[in-house]
Amino acid sequence: MKAFNIYLTGVGGQGIGLISEIVLRAVDHSGQRVKSVDTHGLAQRGGIVVSQIRLGDLVHSPLIPAGRADLAISLERHEALRAAATALREGGCLVYYDTVWQPLTVRLGDAAAVTIRDIDHLCRKQGIRVIPVFHPDLPDIRMQNMVVLGAIAGNGLIPGVGLDHYRSAMGDLMSGTMLERNRALFDQRAGK
Amino acid sequence: MKKMGEMLLRRKAFSEIVMGNTALVRAMVEAGTRVVSSYPGSPTPEIAAAIQSIPKADRPFYFEFSTNEKVATELAYGAAVNGHLSTVFFKSVGLNVAADTFVQLGLMNIIGGMVVVLGDDPGANSSQNEQDNRHYAQMSYMPVLEPADPGEVYRFYLEAARLSLRHGMPVILRLTTHVCHAKEKVAFKKWQPAKPDNSPRFDPANGPYIPLTTLAIEKKRIALARLEVVRGHAERTELNRTVDHGNPQRGVIAMGLPFLSLMEILEDTPTPPDILKPAFVHPLPKDRIARFLSSHKEVKILEELDDVLETQIKALAFERKLSVTIVGKTQSEDWIGEYTPEKVHQVLYSCWPDLFEGPPSAQAVDPAPARPAQMCPGCGHRSAFYAIKQALAPTDITVADIGCHTLGFMPPYEMGQLLMCMGASTAMGSGLRLFNTRRKVVAFMGDSTFFHAALPGVVNAVFNAHPITLILMENGTTAMTGHQDHAASGRNFNEVTDKIPVRQVLEGLGVKHIFEVDTYQQARLKDLVIQATAMDEFSVVIARHPCMLKFTREQRRKSGYRQQQVQIDQDHCEHVHACIERFGCPTFSRDAKGGVSINTDLCIGDGSCIQTCPTRAILPAGGKKKRGAA
Repeated sequence: MKAFNIYLTGVGGQGIGLISEIVLRAVDHSGQRVKSVDTHGLAQRGGIVVSQIRLGDLVHSPLIPAGRADLAISLERHEALRAAATALREGGCLVYYDTVWQPLTVRLGDAAAVTIRDIDHLCRKQGIRVIPVFHPDLPDIRMQNMVVLGAIAGNGLIPGVGLDHYRSAMGDLMSGTMLERNRALFDQRAGK
Repeated sequence: MKKMGEMLLRRKAFSEIVMGNTALVRAMVEAGTRVVSSYPGSPTPEIAAAIQSIPKADRPFYFEFSTNEKVATELAYGAAVNGHLSTVFFKSVGLNVAADTFVQLGLMNIIGGMVVVLGDDPGANSSQNEQDNRHYAQMSYMPVLEPADPGEVYRFYLEAARLSLRHGMPVILRLTTHVCHAKEKVAFKKWQPAKPDNSPRFDPANGPYIPLTTLAIEKKRIALARLEVVRGHAERTELNRTVDHGNPQRGVIAMGLPFLSLMEILEDTPTPPDILKPAFVHPLPKDRIARFLSSHKEVKILEELDDVLETQIKALAFERKLSVTIVGKTQSEDWIGEYTPEKVHQVLYSCWPDLFEGPPSAQAVDPAPARPAQMCPGCGHRSAFYAIKQALAPTDITVADIGCHTLGFMPPYEMGQLLMCMGASTAMGSGLRLFNTRRKVVAFMGDSTFFHAALPGVVNAVFNAHPITLILMENGTTAMTGHQDHAASGRNFNEVTDKIPVRQVLEGLGVKHIFEVDTYQQARLKDLVIQATAMDEFSVVIARHPCMLKFTREQRRKSGYRQQQVQIDQDHCEHVHACIERFGCPTFSRDAKGGVSINTDLCIGDGSCIQTCPTRAILPAGGKKKRGAA
């Protein structure tokens, strides 16, 4: 099987570690071979956090060759544009949570903020399918990643990975009320 | 929920998806390691996180975060010469701190065995440089094993521990950032805990342990002989890998992550070269490599960072009069950066262009504004830099140190104009003050770093009377690497301890002028810095505020926690932009018309920003009502 590459990104503090671990384990539950790698370190302090997940029997490196991601997942708007432009292949798919954490230069007035139109424009040019998601009145911003996960599962964006695989993966990593709340939101967004 | 601690101690064989750093801990358990020590630093802190997942009472080994890497190394050595298999781990530049002790280890008879785990950082993802620590192994006569993925991390550690114990010599396991942080399914063997032997087995007869003059020379002789024995093992070990594509023309020698990148880019190549991947960087399996060289017309040494393998392999070919063409590094760029798949494509394309359909595609333009790391919302360092900047003249010199506060060098603060390594700021600042009567010098220092390596610099400033000001940015934790405790936080890795208060340490060292303030008191901090820097003696300002990321996380875990946030009174906001342009909390967002709003994803309601607004348009949480009433 040809490799399927997932590039996950966002800003430090958005819960990229958890969604990445869920996707990784969901792929494993689906019986497919998987490798991944996280880039953290300094990035935890409001910098960019990237997690790369690769499916398939012929995958060697956990690092996705540049411009070869099939699916880009971003938890923030600026990072969605960056991922679509630098990591995603032509004709790939971008899912992003439409919240904005302005980078320093935007806040200082030295650069323009990224707009939804910027993303749509780039994606149209590159034949990229775009799925923006947002959930009003979330009780906890740390659940934004579940909204995104729901969209990934609901749209069947990762080949061979079904709703139950995601649910099992969540059960591996969470328990108690945290699991219940996250699973309920996931189910709602996946359109169970 | 799967519990990591339970998994790490499982008796039966099992397979699980783990990070390289976690696989390492299971290997420590299986190997019977008894003592493990470290100082936190990326890419290795998750090793300690995995250790922490095992309840202390069940932990089959002792673990501590020591004061610094040198201390950690000495502790692990002491335990090992007493008969206990030990391991010390730290980041790449940590080895520079440990070096004075480390370079002697290869000379010693370490009866219990000792594995040194290094987390090198090609690409300088989270370090001041991308130094290649393989050089250290050569100068200290120690074997080095280099795994490429989590499965190999597990198997190579077991090998390193066995070898170390058998020969009584230290063995290095060299990891790199994306080997530490890679995840994949690893098959672990069963584990049968052995009854620990706690008896102190140190015996000077196993030595000598005194490396002086003639004794040192004799010890070097033994170390070199041991290394030759290990070379024989390096030739035969099953951990070596060859990938035979039946190509008599071309071969590649590669190790670690670059090997995986190579395999990746050769997937679509019709005539891929053969590959030899030795397990040992040092000592190199010379016969095996010579055989590989002899059976190919041309061999590429694909090597991340420096030319450690290349120079040895070229010497080997010369020595044995082999007619093979050896292609090493051809340009300075080959020495730089992580060997990702596209980097390896580029390096290989420059010598064998016919292997590929074309050169790697040019890096795509990134249309989004850059996102450098930031201090967190509510960070006490932000209040400190905002205030200190007002206390200093633009020509004054500010010296940074390692830690979250290093981020103060960025706009809008630009505080901390030089940086070197852990603990260096006070002495660098002292040097900047010589012959200099016009520009004040202020050095910054974090509290974990203070104990780690800063004390000699502080002692020197007192002893040699350097009239600079040290600002101790005390947040009560080792924040940058994930909130590990340190000597002044009142806890060590294992239990509650007495704090070592920085103020009393400073007093004990003879510092006469010590000021203390919470950084949220910005006006007071500014005044104190003006006072301190006006003195012509060494002075210290302890600028204190707890790490708000840690504090907020702890609060969130409590029941009944409610998120508080400041608000902007748009009727009073005159778009002065002090909050967003000078204070610079990432919570403030700017709209296209110059208006300012609060990012409700980010604000923690700490209110440290309120005092920065000249029109008093920032209201504390629930402040709207209060203001309306007034």
